[in-house]
Amino acid sequence: MFLLLVSILVIFVVLKSLEENVVYFFSPTELYNKEDIPSNKKIRVGGLVKDGSIINNQTSINFIVTDLNNEIIVSYKGSLPNLFSEGKGVVAEGKLKDKKYFIADKILAKHDENYMPPEVSKILKKTKE
Amino acid sequence: MFKNFFPNKILSFSNKLFSFLIVLMLLFVFVGLIYALFLSPPDFTQGDSVRIMYVHVPASFMALGCFGFMGIASICALIFKIKILLLMAKSLAPVGSVFTLVSIVTGSLWGKPTWGVWWVWDARLTSMLILFIFYIAYISVWKFVDNYEKANKVSSIIAIIGSLNLPVIKYSVDWWNTLHQTSSITLTSAPTIHYTMLIPLIIMLIGTILYTLIVFLMRYKTEIMKFKLDKRNKEN
Repeated sequence: MFLLLVSILVIFVVLKSLEENVVYFFSPTELYNKEDIPSNKKIRVGGLVKDGSIINNQTSINFIVTDLNNEIIVSYKGSLPNLFSEGKGVVAEGKLKDKKYFIADKILAKHDENYMPPEVSKILKKTKE
Repeated sequence: MFKNFFPNKILSFSNKLFSFLIVLMLLFVFVGLIYALFLSPPDFTQGDSVRIMYVHVPASFMALGCFGFMGIASICALIFKIKILLLMAKSLAPVGSVFTLVSIVTGSLWGKPTWGVWWVWDARLTSMLILFIFYIAYISVWKFVDNYEKANKVSSIIAIIGSLNLPVIKYSVDWWNTLHQTSSITLTSAPTIHYTMLIPLIIMLIGTILYTLIVFLMRYKTEIMKFKLDKRNKEN
């Protein structure tokens, strides 16, 4: 009986922390349309890194996150995960400076559901061009 | 009430057939691992860290599948009064819970080099953790509740309620924005995983299913013998 109660309590706590994270990130379009974001709340934005948008400053790195509809500029100081690259998925965690600018303190690389050997990927890229 | 017991069927599970299952399982797992670790190609994005997939995905499938079976068995036991199903569910819980843990741990090991983190509280990962908690709760009931009928009832309720979490786990990556990617293998569209990786994955999946079957049968046999022993002790 006691263990059951403990389990229910744990599940409740887990579900509560899930509430904030059920939507783990907003797309740039969702952020754009969202009315009520306090500028001090930690949120996440996710999408693709726009091709050619990565700019390496001395102090920080800037890039654009796009969902092919809207985009937002992200600024980040720190090391990037290995899989972070142009045209690939990314989730940035931090604060919204304004509707166009996001200051991230954490970057996660997001990969999609496609799995293939490098040779196949090269062939696919060639046929796209 | 135990008209539907199949003790003779189980206890006469001849060693030959059992050994055959074990050999078959070892074959599939061995061949699967050779492919997974050596012969299959690296991924165009993830490189060699993709190879964890060949353990992570089958474990996740079994984690969900076992609990699904437990839920269905519990409902059928409730509605049709087939008590043996509850014993089957009880026998499946341990291996299912281990696979859930394997899924979470291998997922975490996979997440660090790819996503950059060991864990996030996104919908997929959190719902899997909830599944693990349900498994623990189910097993705990049998450990701590002395009354057999009461344990049956409570554990069945846990299995049925926990089953509501299963579609949440499966569709979490579609319903919400998650860090975990969407499914590569679906019933409705072509797989987005290349055949050179899909085939080893299927081999590993079959091996894992065989393993689960073997462990389940061993456990089931023990549970039946234990039940009969308890029954005999009570009658004396």
